[in-house]
Amino acid sequence: MHNTVRVQTTINGEAREFLCEPRQSLLECLRDVLGLTGTKEGCNDGNCGACTVLMDDRVVTSCLVLGVEAQGAQITTIEGIARGSDLHPLQRAFLQNAALQCGVCTPGFIVAAKALLDREPNPNEEQIRLWLANNLCRCTGYDKIIRAVEQAAEEARA
Amino acid sequence: MNTEEYSVIGTRPVRHDGADKVTGRALYGADFQMAGLLHGFILRSPHAHARIRRIDTRKAAAFPGVQAVLTADDFPQVPERLVDLGEGDTPLSYARGNVLAQGKVLYRGHAVAAVAASSIHVAEEAAGLIEVDYEVLPCALTAPDAMREGAPILHEDLKTKEFGEQTSRVSNVAEHFRHAMGDIDAGFAEAEVTVEREFNTATVHQGYIEPHNATALWNNDGRILVWCSTQGAFVVRDVTACLLDVPVSRVKVTPMEIGGGFGGKIPVYLEPVAALLSKKTGRPVKIVMSRKDVFEASGPTPGSYIKVKIGARKDGRITAAQAYLAYEAGAYPGAMVAPGAMCVFAAYDIANVVIDGFDVVVNKPSTAAYRAPGATNAAFATESVVDEIAEKLGMDPLDFRLKNAAKQGTRRADGPKYRRIGCIEVIEAMKKHPHYSAPLGGPNRGRGVAIGFWFNVGLPSSCTISVNADGTVNLVEGSTDIGGTRTSIAMQAAEVLGIPAEAVRPTVVDTDSVGFTAVTGGSRTTFATGWAAYEAAHDVVRQLRDRAAKLWEVEAASVTMDRGVFRAADKSITFQELAAKLDQTGGPVVGRGAVNPRGVGGSFSGNIVDVEVDPETGKVTILRFTAVQDAGKAIHPSYVEGQMQGGSVQSIGWALNEEYWMNGSGTMMNSSLLDYRMPTALDLPMIDTVIVEVPNPGHPFGVRGVGEANIVPPPGAIANAIYHAAGVRMDRLPMNPPAIMEAIWKQRD
Repeated sequence: MHNTVRVQTTINGEAREFLCEPRQSLLECLRDVLGLTGTKEGCNDGNCGACTVLMDDRVVTSCLVLGVEAQGAQITTIEGIARGSDLHPLQRAFLQNAALQCGVCTPGFIVAAKALLDREPNPNEEQIRLWLANNLCRCTGYDKIIRAVEQAAEEARA
Repeated sequence: MNTEEYSVIGTRPVRHDGADKVTGRALYGADFQMAGLLHGFILRSPHAHARIRRIDTRKAAAFPGVQAVLTADDFPQVPERLVDLGEGDTPLSYARGNVLAQGKVLYRGHAVAAVAASSIHVAEEAAGLIEVDYEVLPCALTAPDAMREGAPILHEDLKTKEFGEQTSRVSNVAEHFRHAMGDIDAGFAEAEVTVEREFNTATVHQGYIEPHNATALWNNDGRILVWCSTQGAFVVRDVTACLLDVPVSRVKVTPMEIGGGFGGKIPVYLEPVAALLSKKTGRPVKIVMSRKDVFEASGPTPGSYIKVKIGARKDGRITAAQAYLAYEAGAYPGAMVAPGAMCVFAAYDIANVVIDGFDVVVNKPSTAAYRAPGATNAAFATESVVDEIAEKLGMDPLDFRLKNAAKQGTRRADGPKYRRIGCIEVIEAMKKHPHYSAPLGGPNRGRGVAIGFWFNVGLPSSCTISVNADGTVNLVEGSTDIGGTRTSIAMQAAEVLGIPAEAVRPTVVDTDSVGFTAVTGGSRTTFATGWAAYEAAHDVVRQLRDRAAKLWEVEAASVTMDRGVFRAADKSITFQELAAKLDQTGGPVVGRGAVNPRGVGGSFSGNIVDVEVDPETGKVTILRFTAVQDAGKAIHPSYVEGQMQGGSVQSIGWALNEEYWMNGSGTMMNSSLLDYRMPTALDLPMIDTVIVEVPNPGHPFGVRGVGEANIVPPPGAIANAIYHAAGVRMDRLPMNPPAIMEAIWKQRD
């Protein structure tokens, strides 16, 4: 068997410890080792954004991060976006604006959009489109996603 | 019922599965976990065309952690017969051969062997130890290439079917068919302007974000349990049972949430392999495709060679139209050329028509449906030629289309005569839209229009509805929900029951738990499963009227129901109050609906698009885009808009960027989402939508189905806009910068 490495990290505010092989990606560790399957695999080479998570507040595609690199890091996944049983304004806005169809890209979009709003609470359409250009959606044509992010930003400022 | 009477239909409730999908809780196929799970990996052909001389799996089988290895020889060799793969009949050997190659590989990526191991990494490593001895053969990669004399033959036993008759000619043309109507020669003789053009379109992929996946357990009681992402759980059940030679009742398929399909998740690739690996190991086996596998080994939609000739009189009336459609089926017969032929002139009322269709096998993956399959290729050709004729006649392109638009009573060359359709209404809405007369506002800009059609389908659907004591209902259905159909179906039940959409709890269940339901495809789900829900809801209402009659000791016939209130003489009771009294009035109430509806209503769509063409680089920017579509009746307008926007943007990608870029030996050179460039948020403007509602007389609420027609017109509209911006008529897809520059330079010379 391959050697496993012990990794200590913080995921969605909770200290977690897990064992992984050096060749396993963070995406694989989140999904298969830790059971956090909200983070999706779409391409496994950093081009679709479905596996987007925040790592020490940086937006990363978790398929391009090794599990061992999570040592000592703060990771936020889609499972950590809602505030307890209350949805995050972005999550509410996605639902109200019908900004998802199949929903498989949605976790990545919401995590990425949260990082945008944390940095720029008042983004214009162009800024939203540029920021979300790392995330592919094949169902919506993006229109309703852009509107949802605009609405969430507006609500957060209100 | 007229529109004003609706209280649920036409509103925009939050979808029932919404919270799970914005929090990451929704479980898609790849999220399925089970104790003892093994991981499968499929070894795929590095060659586009080769004979398999020998496969040696011994080293792989001996690799530590490997539990099983299998090849096509492990499948039961059942006698040849036709099987329904969800979109018509196919010889069993083709279905089996695509799942694991037998004797020959027909495209790069063709599955050759499979390994199950303790981890995906071990399985992948072990698969690398499988030795396959190939005799590499020359390949044919496009329809014209495969049709020429002396082309490499994919299937030595494939004989061309010509005009419905089986010939003895062995070739790559599986079928040549013809639709003819009127007198084509007289029609062209009458024409004062005739335009004939040739077009080539590239193979493109549906591009769903979730790769194919399947988990199977061959249980100790002999039952095969499958969990997967599919557009049709019953198709997976039936195909898996067929390939494994067991009765359908031995297979139970649980459809997990599905991350996009667009037609590409109708075919079955992994489930029978996972099941066989499970049989060999006694443990559940999960297989997930990589993105490269998805490109190389799932079912893209055909590339095509098309010739269209249209003639018209000076008064703007089309007198004749002829089409030659040669579509690439990929490795096995079944290119989407039949629907292409149905749609090529479907938007026009033309007396004299000839359409020739060719279904051609080539050394590319076996093609599958993609949103109005076959129609987009054809409409690109037709709408380009129509535009050129309108220009030659000096007519406004929408006026020209209006003058020739298909309407009630128009006969299509493939046979059907239209009932009430909304083609004229769509064109009129385009004409009226402010976009059509807005200034373009700069140089190198142009505006184009185009229209398109998709016929939509019916097919069987089943639902049950059980009433809860708190006045809500549970709705059980078999249609995979890819884009919000739980809600559009639940809304139709709610409308009948007179309760809010939120009081209906829809659940998509496994194949043991609901009656047969055909695929989520053909724009049929809101139409047909919605109809099943409508029937089930009426069944509930009938039973509740009996209960009210019992309570009041009156005749059931005297009880009426309107908007959730039951009445007889001076008595009344609400749905909710009555639901609380089921125990006193006879026990549970369960309604059922099982339909196989006729009365399908086709949908027309149209686009107005403004582009800017950079004359130095050939880059096309979409400045403004308006999509118009006849929904019949929009049950949930937000999700109708979403279909229109999503189909439009897929088609913008098809028009401008996307293609299988093949090298000469049949390897796709751009099999990643970096190089197969689908539109990003940054590439697009907002997509404006106009929903036209010409009710379909064949559906209780007038629904037509809106999933597909929206993808049909954009390439034609964009090509026409490019012409008005840059002065070049494009004759191929994609219209990427090299293609545009080539056309511009050719024109300068």
